[in-house]
Formats: sequence, structure tokens, C-alpha cells
Amino acid sequence: MSETLNIRDTEKEIVEEFGLFDTWEEKYEYIIDLGKKLPALADEFKVEENMVKGCQSTVWLTASYRDGRVFFQADSNTVIVKGLISMLIRVLSGHRPDEILEAQLDFLKEIGMTTHLAQTRSNGLLAMLRQMKNFALAFKVKNEM
Amino acid sequence: MTTLTAPANNLLNVEEIRKQFPVLQREVKGRPLIYLDNAATTQKPQVVIDALVNYYTGYNANIHRGIHTLAEEATAAFEATRDTAKAFINAPSREEVIFTSGTTDGINLVASTWGRANIGEGDEIIVTGMEHHSNIVPWQLLCLEKKAVLKVIPVSESGELELDVYESLLGPRTKMVSLVHVSNALGTVNPVKQIIAMAHKAGAVTLVDGAQSSVHLDIDVQDMDCDFFVMSAHKLYGPTGVGILYGKRAILEAMPVYRGGGEMIKEVTFEKTTYNELPYKFEAGTPNIADVIAFKAAMDFVKEVGKEKVAMHEQELVEYATAKLEALPGLKIVGRGSHKASVVSFVIDQVHPADIGVLLDNQGIAVRTGNHCAQPLMDRYCIPGTVRASFAMYNTFEEVDQLVAALQKAIKMLS
Repeated sequence: MSETLNIRDTEKEIVEEFGLFDTWEEKYEYIIDLGKKLPALADEFKVEENMVKGCQSTVWLTASYRDGRVFFQADSNTVIVKGLISMLIRVLSGHRPDEILEAQLDFLKEIGMTTHLAQTRSNGLLAMLRQMKNFALAFKVKNEM
Repeated sequence: MTTLTAPANNLLNVEEIRKQFPVLQREVKGRPLIYLDNAATTQKPQVVIDALVNYYTGYNANIHRGIHTLAEEATAAFEATRDTAKAFINAPSREEVIFTSGTTDGINLVASTWGRANIGEGDEIIVTGMEHHSNIVPWQLLCLEKKAVLKVIPVSESGELELDVYESLLGPRTKMVSLVHVSNALGTVNPVKQIIAMAHKAGAVTLVDGAQSSVHLDIDVQDMDCDFFVMSAHKLYGPTGVGILYGKRAILEAMPVYRGGGEMIKEVTFEKTTYNELPYKFEAGTPNIADVIAFKAAMDFVKEVGKEKVAMHEQELVEYATAKLEALPGLKIVGRGSHKASVVSFVIDQVHPADIGVLLDNQGIAVRTGNHCAQPLMDRYCIPGTVRASFAMYNTFEEVDQLVAALQKAIKMLS
């Protein structure tokens, strides 16, 4: 986990990487590749309470809290969503709850992935983003108590 | 890949038909749109769009009450749709045709009024394993309220109803058999006439969900002998937010009212309200006037093009697509019934339907992926969902070729 970069810097880094692609095929091949490389979540975590369900894809998300930082682990049954998750983890994981809560995550729009953030029932990505922020909020509250 | 040549199309002048649908001229992601999600909703021809615009620009008024010219014109146009709808489904009379907001609304109306009045504890309602959620949930709610029992006709591996099991489900407590005419997820055309006759023999009332069938098949509610028939305009090249509920007169007359409000009343005092006659009894409040009026244009359009010719064209598209898709390694067609309408649903080994959907969209192709609001059916096949291509009168064999090519590309990218 890159501790030196803040969230916005990592976002910019990803946007720059995507700037190298000329076609939608290259973009998606990269995302699919990220999806395939993301380590599968152990079966013990693939349980109902970690599930973020869309009508098309299912996402499992868990988080842990160490030294004031939140670490995410996630998986999905669809490889493209898994690739997008991989980027979200790269951007958000290892940061403080406040930073995660404040993150705008504009990079998804900047790399042309708005379809995946549409307010439809079709995917669990938006729900997962919300859940990542919920985790951050929960850790923050717990920490301040 | 087997080489298949598209049949020579001498049924329809598809090129001319396409010109009448403005949206088909647009591009998606830099490519001409290929719209294969017609079972979700069809595109609208210019005549339907014109009907909407003409109403709002020429004679917008509330109906059935004003005595001014605009109100008269609007009322006449609104009621003309009822006459066209009556003929479209061959209902015995116009009073048996009630406007709803769509298929789901129609089923909810029947479950809430007929259901509440006629279903008691221990009574049984039969649906099928290939229902859309909208023909499951209203009955489930009713069963919960009345302590009634929901029974399900199972679906075979090929995607057909198991009629021998159905026969064993029928009994003295069966009060309602509610089933889909054409499955939205599989395309199976169910033998509704036979199923209805069996239900009637057991003394049950029947409802046919015609959301998918009304655009592809000739609908004759008298020949089917169903007690209720529901459909939506938007799956028939018409606007969203309007549909019809047909019911046999005696049943509709005996049914309690649904929503209270204007139009459905005869006289109101604070002590008592008497209700209007059919069909107005079930049409409370200002209806969806513009869309009802445009619905007529859609039915007229379908009639003019010729339902039978369209059905034959769609059948050829389904057969052509099925043969070409089946030739792809790892692809399996879901729903192989002997009688299908306009839908090809499939899964691919090791590939999630949603991933396919994303990659097809990037190539300008609109298909539906997912569980098609029929989760129990997907569970029956132990799949998370399917990719579904569904055809309409404006689809071409070239579009099927492009779907197959785009699919091959998607599979390659994902593997």
C-alpha cells in the first residue's frame, strides 16, 4: 500500500495510466486484467453479511482497522466489477477514515467509467462505494468513543 | 463457426420500418445502435411520438367532465383507444377494457380487489416457475394477508411448464391460476388455453400476463377464455405508463372497487358513495390521458405493419440467432421450448453475463443481462442470470451477425 500518496494523488496516477490507452478495448482489457489479478477473498468472508448485492453482480466487502488506517478486501462474481474494485482498493485502502469519507473519487468519471456508477439496479459498485465509506465512518466513530 | 446465411427477407420491408423509429438513427459509443432489448421495452415509432405531441399541442384537456371543445376532443381520443384495445384483444365489449398504468398495475388491481374478496384462509393460488416478479409478489402479499397458499407449476430443463405436475396441484381449494403467456426470460410460449381449461374445470379463476405476448402473438381473450388478461403499451411500441386490464364482465361487476377518487364514483355524500359503471369504476382520478391516446397509435401501427408478418420475421431472427450463437464454444441457450417468441437467452461457460453486457454496450449493442426480474427461474437453472437478446420488427439479420461478432470479441477479451 502506497503510504506516501494521498487519495487524490493515487486517483491522478490512475487517470494518467488510463491516458495511455487509445481505445475502449485497451481500457477494458486492463480492467479485466486487474480483476483477474485481484486475490480472491477467502470463502469465510464470502458470507451474507459481507455481501453487497446488485441485480447483475455480487460484491463481497470486508474491512479491517490497524493503526488508525482502514484496509479493504473485496471480491466480485464479475471480472469487470472486480477490476474496478481493485482500483478502489488501490485508492482507498490504507488511509485514515476521514480521508476515505472525504474522497470524491472523480477518477472513475475521468477514466470514463460512469456507466458503472449509474443509479441502476444493475451493479453493486455504487453500493460498494457507499459501504466502503460506511466502514470508514464506523471505524471513525468507534475510534472517537 | 458454422457458416449460416441469413434467410432472404421478403416478409417485411425492415429498412422502411426502421426509418419510422427516430432513435434507431442514433449512435452509441461511436457505432450505430443495435437495440436488442425489446422484451424490456420497444422503441417508439414517429406516429406514437406524434400522437403524444399532438395531444399536448392541440387538445390537452381533462376528460369525461368538461363541456368545452378541447375536453370533448380529448375524451373522444381517449375512448377511441378503448375501442381499438377491445378489438386488439378481441374482448366482447369495451366496458371490459380497463386502463391501468401497466401489467404490474393490472395484476395488483386483481390481487387487491378480486383477491381480497375471494381468497380465504387455506385457499390456493397457482403461479408458474417462470413468472416475472410482478406476477409473484402481489399474490404473495395476498397469501400473507389471507393465510392462503401459493403453489408453483415447475419448469422443465427445456423451459416448458410441467403440465402433469400442474394437474396434480389443482384441487378444490384452487381459487386462482395466474400465469405468464410468454416468458420474458426464456421466450417460451405457454399453452394458456389448455391451462385455463384445466383451471376452469377445477373451478378456479385465471389471469394471463400478456406483457410479452401482446406484441408477438394474436391475442383473443374469448378464445383463450381467460378471466383476466393484462398487458403494457410500452412493450408494443407504445408509451410507458399505460396498459390494460381485461376482465370478464360478471367478474368485474362483482369485484370491489380498487382506488377511490374522481371518475369512479356515481354519487358522493359523506354518508355513502355509489360507484360508477364499468369500466370507470376502476379508473379513479385523472388518467394518463396522453399516453392512452398514443397507445392507440401504437396498436394501429402494429396492425398496419401486420402482426403475423412481424411474428414470422421475429421467428426467423430467433432461429437464425439461435443457430449462430449455439455454434460459439461454451455457449448454452437457456430455454429450448418448442414454441418460443422473440427471445434468445444464453449463458457462456466461465463468463458472467454482466461482463458480457458491458463489453457489448461498448460495441453499441443493447442487450439485457441479469435475472430478468425472475429470480426463482434463475435459481431453478442454478445460474446468476443470462444474456438476453430480444427482437422486434426493426431488427435485422445483419444485426444478429454483429451481435455474434461482438460476442466473440467480448469472450476473447474475458478469457
